[in-house]
Amino acid sequence: MIKHLRSAADLDAATATLILDTAGEMAALAGREVKKLPTLRGRTVVNLFYEDSTRTRISFEAAAKRLSADVINFSAKGSSVSKGESLKDTALTLQAMGADAVVIRHPASGAPHRLAAWVDGSVVNAGDGTHEHPTQALLDAYTMRSRLGRLDGLRVAIVGDVLHSRVARSNVLLLTTLGAEITLVGPPTLIPVDIAAALSPKTKVSYDLDSVLPDMDVVMMLRVQTERMQDSYFPSAREYSRRYGLDLARMRKLPEHAIVMHPGPMNRGMEITPEVADSSRSTIVEQVANGVSARMAVLYLLLGGKA
Amino acid sequence: MTSYLLRGVSLLGAAPTDVHIVDGRISDRSSDPEIIDAAGLVALPGLVDLHTHLREPGREDAETVETGSRSAALGGYTAVFAMANTSPVADTAGVVEQVWRLGREAGLVDVQPIGAVTVGLAGKQLAELGAMASSAAGVRIFSDDGHCVADPRLMRRALEYVKAFDGIIAQHAEEPRLTEGAQMHEGEVSTRLGLTGWPAVAEEAIIARDVLLAEHVGSRLHVCHVSTAGSVEVLRQAKARGVRVTAEVTPHHLLLTDELAASYDPVYKVNPPLRTASDVQALRDALVEGVIDIVATDHAPHAVEDKECEWAYARPGMVGLETALPVVLSVLGERWDLIAERMSRTPARIAGLTGHGTDLSVGSPANLTLVDPSARRVVDPAELASRSRNTPYAGTTLPGRIVATFLRGEPTVLDGKAVK
Repeated sequence: MIKHLRSAADLDAATATLILDTAGEMAALAGREVKKLPTLRGRTVVNLFYEDSTRTRISFEAAAKRLSADVINFSAKGSSVSKGESLKDTALTLQAMGADAVVIRHPASGAPHRLAAWVDGSVVNAGDGTHEHPTQALLDAYTMRSRLGRLDGLRVAIVGDVLHSRVARSNVLLLTTLGAEITLVGPPTLIPVDIAAALSPKTKVSYDLDSVLPDMDVVMMLRVQTERMQDSYFPSAREYSRRYGLDLARMRKLPEHAIVMHPGPMNRGMEITPEVADSSRSTIVEQVANGVSARMAVLYLLLGGKA
Repeated sequence: MTSYLLRGVSLLGAAPTDVHIVDGRISDRSSDPEIIDAAGLVALPGLVDLHTHLREPGREDAETVETGSRSAALGGYTAVFAMANTSPVADTAGVVEQVWRLGREAGLVDVQPIGAVTVGLAGKQLAELGAMASSAAGVRIFSDDGHCVADPRLMRRALEYVKAFDGIIAQHAEEPRLTEGAQMHEGEVSTRLGLTGWPAVAEEAIIARDVLLAEHVGSRLHVCHVSTAGSVEVLRQAKARGVRVTAEVTPHHLLLTDELAASYDPVYKVNPPLRTASDVQALRDALVEGVIDIVATDHAPHAVEDKECEWAYARPGMVGLETALPVVLSVLGERWDLIAERMSRTPARIAGLTGHGTDLSVGSPANLTLVDPSARRVVDPAELASRSRNTPYAGTTLPGRIVATFLRGEPTVLDGKAVK
């Protein structure tokens, strides 16, 4: 088993599949009255969050607690971090406290890579800058596999602000490893340069959502921040949602079996309309539940649990 | 003054000969000289660096004029030009004279201050260029390096104004709006790493504009740290038209590529950023051809805490004085005359610096360095004389060892060690 999960590229197909299978076993646990395994008793998992992200932190916290680990939440706000302590000094502090795993969310791309050089424990990337969010990709892959029965050959459109999206990068890497075919859709200003060469040569790019939808098994809508408007990535929120938002009319262009995903939090009315978000094709709430199972699987396997 | 006899030295790779140094000059004889066994060593005119950051005044924890001078001498340099982005900024006669005096006191290389183009490097108002030019420091090169003189009107005025005292503007070519938040070269690797890209066009657009401005007002322009294949093409065309433009390339842009950022280790973060392998090849070709005139180090020392952090929070820059010649040797091979041209004669000529970059013939000032081309060295950051350790070559084996350096006939380096 790998030691760290810094990027979805750390996972080969066998390892990724093992994590998804393990997540399935963890999900079965959620149906029991006692939702707890003793596996990580006595181990310490630190949630080191330099960005506000209540949903991701809670998901990791629930995952670690269900495995009986001791959980320490270290938030950048109201801690020595706001007094200017460096990441290295924070890492050495956590190291001295005996952290077996550090789950890190950080606004700077690559922060988990730096952290891994300074701690002995496992490092799990819970989102770094505009780089990656590999556990989100795992829970997304798990959700697709549960709903559609397979990943190999699945056609997935990822729509929106790919340039700034860590979710998109991790999903392209992981889903390609598992045999899915990815099409990235968005305005040209929000599709990063050389994306196919950078992530996977099979990745396709389209600027026209309508032409892509009829062939897709999955459409994943990314959160688009309205601040991007000020930076001229697109002219207005209204024009964005007209060209790249998913509404009922567009959803009807999808094949019957196709599902709609969103990593959350959503901008209802911007990239997705409420009718679509709340429809039976939407897996958005399911994704949250699967997040706990996927993160349990990651912590369980990284910290040496047996599958 | 001691006389020296360099016994069996090879001048720029020629057959071994004896070179005498008397009263600071090359001589054809000497009486009772100190003999230096120079068998197997190649003599080059002392190297001249048009682009060094010595950090004093302001960041003496990263480098001082003295430590930077020692680093330069150990790298084979006899003159370095100190960039203006100190604290306070070298934008007045007072600051440039202070740096100049500190250099003379250290006495290891000639430290020639570069003056800021604009007050506080703010890009708003011309600094007192004339006062710096007529100060004891005799400033001839002006640069806001670290910042681009982005305002085209201000750049035009600066180019025109310095004609009065044969000055030259050295431009840090970076269109600021195209590089907001930029962290590394924009391309495949930046996309993969999720780091904001620094597009090649941000450099090329400024160079294209500036060669047109220089042509329009008939002034000299020097382009700092050229890093892209596209910039080379812009320069080639401008030179073919007769524009008075010169350009430099750093050793790191001749050797390293953006792939190194994949470690997220900010020792590889530099501005302009490391580019692609095809840019590296274009820069090497341009240097050989002469489209790029010189190698300049952009020696940029940084304190440990400014590099031991997240990539986005780290300061850009690499130390380079002690590794420049070995890197160039590894890139160009033992083409000694070409190396002398690109690292000594031409930079001295661009700067109008007399007494440096001259051939080692009888009567010339004895500013020279002796290199052992057969030696190989594994770069160890702990061994650097610079106060900072941010070299991208840690653990790399590089050819060539600087054995001795002479400044006006006195050794600053002997047996590979600084004499003071």
